[in-house]
Amino acid sequence: MPTISIDQAKAEYDVIIVGSGAGGGQMAYTLTLAGLKCCMLEAGRSYDPGSETPMFNRPDQAPLGGGSTPDKDMGFWDATVDGGWEVPDEPYTQGSTDKNEQFTWWRARMMGGRTNHWGRISLRNGPYDFKPYSYDGLGFDWPISYDDVAPYYDKVEMLIGVHGTNEGMENTPDSPPGVLLPPPKARIGDLLTQKAGKKVGVPVVSIHRAVLTKRLDADTIPAKLHPGNKWAQDIVAKSMRARAACFWATPCGRGCSIKATYQSTTVHLPPALETGNLDIIADAHVREVMIGANGKATGVLFIDKTTGREERVKGKAVVLAASSGETVRILLNSKSNQFPDGIANGSGKVGKYIMDTVAMGLKGQIPALENLPAHNEDGTGGAHVYSPWWAYEAQRKGKLNFARGYHIEVPNTRRMPGGNSPVPMNYLRGLHGTKLKEEARRYYGSFVSLASRGEMIPNEHCYAEIDPVVKDKWGVPVVRWHWKWTDNELNMVMHAQKTFAEMIEAMGGTVTSKLATSGYDLIRPGGNVKHEVGGARMGDNPADSVCNHRSQTWDVKNLFLCDASSFTSNPDKNPTLTIMALSWRCADYIIEESAKGNI
Amino acid sequence: MTIDNRPNRISRREVLKWFATAAAASQLGSTGLLGQESGALPQGYGSDPKVAGIYKPGDFWPLTLDRGQHRLVTFLADLILPEDEYGPAASALRVPDFIDEWVSAPYPRQQSDRKKVLPGLALMNELSQKQHGKDFAELSARQGTTLFDDIVGKGSSSPKLKKANDFLGDFTSLCMGAYYGTPAGWKAIGYVGNTPMASFDGPPQAVLDLVGVVQTVK
Repeated sequence: MPTISIDQAKAEYDVIIVGSGAGGGQMAYTLTLAGLKCCMLEAGRSYDPGSETPMFNRPDQAPLGGGSTPDKDMGFWDATVDGGWEVPDEPYTQGSTDKNEQFTWWRARMMGGRTNHWGRISLRNGPYDFKPYSYDGLGFDWPISYDDVAPYYDKVEMLIGVHGTNEGMENTPDSPPGVLLPPPKARIGDLLTQKAGKKVGVPVVSIHRAVLTKRLDADTIPAKLHPGNKWAQDIVAKSMRARAACFWATPCGRGCSIKATYQSTTVHLPPALETGNLDIIADAHVREVMIGANGKATGVLFIDKTTGREERVKGKAVVLAASSGETVRILLNSKSNQFPDGIANGSGKVGKYIMDTVAMGLKGQIPALENLPAHNEDGTGGAHVYSPWWAYEAQRKGKLNFARGYHIEVPNTRRMPGGNSPVPMNYLRGLHGTKLKEEARRYYGSFVSLASRGEMIPNEHCYAEIDPVVKDKWGVPVVRWHWKWTDNELNMVMHAQKTFAEMIEAMGGTVTSKLATSGYDLIRPGGNVKHEVGGARMGDNPADSVCNHRSQTWDVKNLFLCDASSFTSNPDKNPTLTIMALSWRCADYIIEESAKGNI
Repeated sequence: MTIDNRPNRISRREVLKWFATAAAASQLGSTGLLGQESGALPQGYGSDPKVAGIYKPGDFWPLTLDRGQHRLVTFLADLILPEDEYGPAASALRVPDFIDEWVSAPYPRQQSDRKKVLPGLALMNELSQKQHGKDFAELSARQGTTLFDDIVGKGSSSPKLKKANDFLGDFTSLCMGAYYGTPAGWKAIGYVGNTPMASFDGPPQAVLDLVGVVQTVK
């Protein structure tokens, strides 16, 4: 991915974009195809999925079979560079020593950010999700409705390519006809889970993921995305034609060299660069937003990690898309006489109401899946089916002891073995020789792991602030996290455990672990799903929100927040698709205002 | 027969120095100390290795098993996963080198396993000496198998046998992770994949019939 050095930067850009992931990538794509000159700053190095992706690499070709280590938390091949739960030279701190009040923060330092390794699960928020307070009196309403965002969901899905089906389920929006790509066939574990789900009242349907199950129609989609802009259409068509369809091998978390899945580095940045309107500076660690005497942002100040020097780049507008935690850090560190508590923080809400996804998992051993004939189930390299939240009616009738919902993710049961024992050792204890191999073959593929991903209600105990003491290697004050689950989340995971146990039993299987009696023993730590959202929420009142419905900060009219920091709630739907939809929507506003001379 | 032709060998003295330093750092609970004394310690592959590369044990950190340990590991791994109708022996798939790489790695999990594996190997020799008057790797396959089964069968009868039994479980797990991460291991266990295909058609009809389900995605 081509980059420039600060010496090559223009004196001033139309827009400075901080971050190159889902939000920054979408912003750069939309703005540059409309002719705006942009400079993108990425805190990590450049990255080329074409040459750096370990397609087809086997466990016996990687250190420790490719398993996880403190250097590579999600395994050797995970498409995360210089990141994970710890980033070299860039610490973060905890506000509490209580293990239940710790926050785990996943960061990447690479072009495209977390979009290189993400799960590709692409779910639309539904109508209730934008008005949660109105729905059940908890949390806060967004200042926008599903109808405001739907046209952008349509466009993003057409651009990145999302497979799935329209099921017409409550609060689980359908896409317009022709937008979704064909769903992949269900795997054997999927079908058994689906059959069991019917017995216990849990629907299991095709999941939506950003994987090309067939090539995008480059002859018709670009005109739908960029009507009246033939130049943009041609660039986008060329970029689409460079993407191959999935060839049904290699896990998506490694990245995808054939561009069959969405990564900012394969979908957003190539056409943006092709316009000639985008400059990217890598290894740029942004410290603060610069402010002019007129109260408007003038650009950003960053540390060039390659030289250690402070540098500045100027723009008529600034977009922060650095990830929720980093955006909060930049806002709070941008102190001046005009903004002594940090920029855009007139409400005092910067850093407040951080949320993550509520998650747990349960594994079952299923005799019906033992000793199956060998067959290929690699598929798309991720989940093929899931269960959208199904119990709205029961909740309305007061039958559940928690609000909001969770969806269930159903992974492949016959994944590539290697690194760790492919069968839990308590099924093989004491065996050796041919008997061991026979039992390994018997049990391989017979374990179904169900995972819940649920909505957390925002609470005042979950927030990020600047640590008063600790600074990173470049002298930038770091983030200190505060976290606390409430009964809502703890009750939700207990419900998921009960549901999963019923589903495993309905498959004729046995839960492989002792059931937890406390939600704390089940729930994954805050931040662990890597869906941290909020911290600079949007609203319709400057007194209690950081930005308005266009992701424009109330206090600084040319400063926009286009990662998940602007999220007002965190539905069970994974956040990436919504980040992109809101970023595109914000970009359209910037283009309009720029044309009027307001930016 | 063990041929000590592995790459990137280091002296036993150097190995002892490393792990003594690592143990001291571990007791102090300070990763900072590891960094300060890193002159004597092996390094990991870092947070930005070339992940698309093809590697073999010894490429990132030196292997540390001595000749006798490697020979014992090979004998035991082949006893656990021998050549048979399902596939080749563990040693033919470089399982012993994987285990050497594993116990030589500078990461906490692997260092913890090293503290179980190396004493476990010594214990196997001790039990073998006691029963047969020779090291474990010198036994016949039948003798080795019998001792293995004795340990498993009597694993709870004494602290020493329990320790040996736990070791055999841990060691078998390491062997499984290595063996089944190879094309021959995939064939042995029934994994099919890691190959490009023009279409994904889902489970074959025979599999659907066995499980009693129908394909619902059209």
